Amino acid sequence: MAEQRQYEVGMHPDLPPPASLVGVVGWMRANLVSSPANTFFTLLAIYLIYLLIPPMLDWLIFSAAWVGDDNTVCKNETGGPIAAACWPFIKAWMTPFMFGRYPESELWRIKITYVMFGVALLALVIPQVPFKKWFALFLLIPFPVICFYLYVGGSFGLMYVETNLWGGLFLTLVIAITGIVASLPIGILLALGRRSNMPVVKAVCVAFIELWRGVPLISVLFMSSVMFPLFMPEGVNFDKLLRALVGVTLFSSAYMAEVVRGGLQAIPKGQYEGAQALGLNFVKMMYFIVMPQALKMVIPGIVNTFIGLFKDTTLVGVIGLLDFLAMIQAGSSNPDWLGYLTTGFAFAALVYWCFCFGMSQYSQHLERKLHTGH
Amino acid sequence: MSDSNASATDLQAPTKEMKVGEEVVIELNGMHKWYGSFHVLKDINLKVHHGERIVVCGPSGSGKSTMIRCINRLEEHQQGQIIVNGIELSNDLKKIDEIRREVGMCFQHFNLFPHLSIMENLVLAPMWVRNIPRGEAEETAMKYLTRVKIPEQALKFPGQLSGGQQQRVAIARSLCMSPKIMLFDEPTSALDPEMIKEVLDVMIELAEEGMTMICVTHEMGFAKTVANRVIFMDGGEIIEENEPNQFFDNPQHERTQLFLSQILAH
Repeated sequence: MAEQRQYEVGMHPDLPPPASLVGVVGWMRANLVSSPANTFFTLLAIYLIYLLIPPMLDWLIFSAAWVGDDNTVCKNETGGPIAAACWPFIKAWMTPFMFGRYPESELWRIKITYVMFGVALLALVIPQVPFKKWFALFLLIPFPVICFYLYVGGSFGLMYVETNLWGGLFLTLVIAITGIVASLPIGILLALGRRSNMPVVKAVCVAFIELWRGVPLISVLFMSSVMFPLFMPEGVNFDKLLRALVGVTLFSSAYMAEVVRGGLQAIPKGQYEGAQALGLNFVKMMYFIVMPQALKMVIPGIVNTFIGLFKDTTLVGVIGLLDFLAMIQAGSSNPDWLGYLTTGFAFAALVYWCFCFGMSQYSQHLERKLHTGH
Repeated sequence: MSDSNASATDLQAPTKEMKVGEEVVIELNGMHKWYGSFHVLKDINLKVHHGERIVVCGPSGSGKSTMIRCINRLEEHQQGQIIVNGIELSNDLKKIDEIRREVGMCFQHFNLFPHLSIMENLVLAPMWVRNIPRGEAEETAMKYLTRVKIPEQALKFPGQLSGGQQQRVAIARSLCMSPKIMLFDEPTSALDPEMIKEVLDVMIELAEEGMTMICVTHEMGFAKTVANRVIFMDGGEIIEENEPNQFFDNPQHERTQLFLSQILAH
C-alpha cells in the first residue's frame, strides 16, 4: 500500500483501484469465494462438472464411432450397438434428415433458396452492408413466392413435388419460418384489436386469443388434419401441410398477441398524447411512435415465442408430417440402424439448439443496438 | 416556489407592447366536461385573440390542464362549443387532425419520443403530417434547435439530455409544425429550479414574436412579464380574469386573494 499523501482541496487526482479489485485474482475473489456459501457453491459446481462432463464427452466424442459408411463400425463384439454415439448413422441418413423424401434430383431447388435466404440474412445482420431495406423487402415479398414455386413445382417446367414428400429439417424450417413471419403481424393486429375501444372488434380478438391459447397445439393439429376435412364438402380438400401451417400460425399468433399487448401497456400515455398533439393520426402514431417502442420492449418475449414455436414444430410429427425429428425417428427404426436413436436425438438436440441459440443471440444483439439510453 | 420565482422575476424586459389582433382564434362557449359523474369543467367561456398570451393559474385539481387539453381534443368535452381557428371541434376525426396540426402543445413531462433522435423527433410530424420533404424538414428543425440554443444535441437521444434541454426540444418540435397557437401545460413544473429559466426564456422569445399562447403555469414572474391576461380557475370554473397588473395587485375575488397570498407568501 502506498503511503497516504495529502493533496490540496480540489486537487485530489483519480488513483488506481487497489489490486484486490482488478485482474483475475480480483475477479475470483469477488465471484467465486466471496463468502462461505459462495465457496460451497463454487466447489459443488466444480464437482457436478466433474461428474457430468467427462462421461458426456466420452459418449459424444472419445468412444464414439466416427468413420464408416455402414453400421459395422457401430457394433460391439456381440453385434449390438456400441454404448456411445454412432455418427455414421447421421452421415448415412443426412439427406433424408435434411430434406425428407424430396426427390434427390430436385434438391437443388431447396438448396438455391437456402443460398438466397442465407445471403439476404447475412446482408441484414452485418452492419456494413448497404441497401438493407431492399434485402428485407426481398425476404418478405418475392422470396416466399419464389420458394413456393420452387418447392411445389408443377410450373415453369419444374416437376411437381407433393407436400407429403417434404420432410426433415427442410420441413421444420418451412413450418417454423412461415409461422414466425406470419404470427408477428397477426399478433400485432390482435393485440391492437384487444385494446380497441370498439366493443365488437375487441370481443372478436379476445375470443380468438383465448380460444387458441386455451387449446393444446397437438389438438389444434389433430383437428386440422382429422376433423377439418370432415366439415368440408365432398371433394374439397386442402393440403395437409397447409392446414398444419395455418394451425401453427394462428396458435402462435395468439401467444404473440399477448406478448405485444404487454409491450403496448408499458407505453406511457404521454407518448400517445405527444403524437396526437403533433397531428399524427392513429395509424401513423402506432407505426412511428407506439409500436417501435412497444416491440422493442418485448423483444425477449417475442423471441421467446419464436423459439417456442420453432421447437413446437416437432409436434407436426403426430399428424404424419415427417419433420426433422420425425425423420430421425424414422431413420432409427430402419432395420439396419436399430439402436442408434440416442445418437439421432443428440444430433437433433444440437441442431435445434444451434437455431434457438442463434435466435437468442440475435435478439440480444438487437436489444443492445436499439437501446437509446432511457 | 421561491427559487422559481426568483428565476422568473429577473427575466428580460417587459414585453407588454406586443400587439394583439382582432381575430378570435380560440373560442370556448359554455363548455362543460365530466369525468364520469364528476363535473370537472363548468360553463367555461373564453375568447383568445390572435397574438394574445394567456396565463392560466389556479390550485391543483381546478381543471386548468383539462381545459387546455380540451382545446386540441386530448380530452373530450360534453357540452358547449370549442372553436379553434374557425373550426368547431366535434367527433369528426378530420377536423380534430386539422386542429391538432395548427395547435402546438408542450407537456409537463415533455413527451419526447425516446426511441428517436432529437432530429427525428423534430422532423417526424412535418414529414408525415405536412408531407414536407426530409431535407427541408431537417433545415427547419435545425433552425428551431438553434433558436432554443441546442443545435449541437441534434443527433443525441432524449434520454441523454437534461430536463430543461428536453423541454426546449419539445418546444422546438411543436414549432417545426409552424403552429398558429401554442398550448403549454405546466412546462416548467417537472424541472429543477436552475433549468426553469432556460425554458421560460424560450417561451418569452416566442411571445415576443407574436405567438398566440395559452400557458398553464405557476410561474407568476412569467405571468407578470409576458401575459396579456391572467385567468384564475378554481373548482372547474373561471373565477377571475384580468390583465396581470390588476390581477396581482388588486385581485377581486376572495379565492384569488387566498391563492395569491399562498403562492406569493414566501
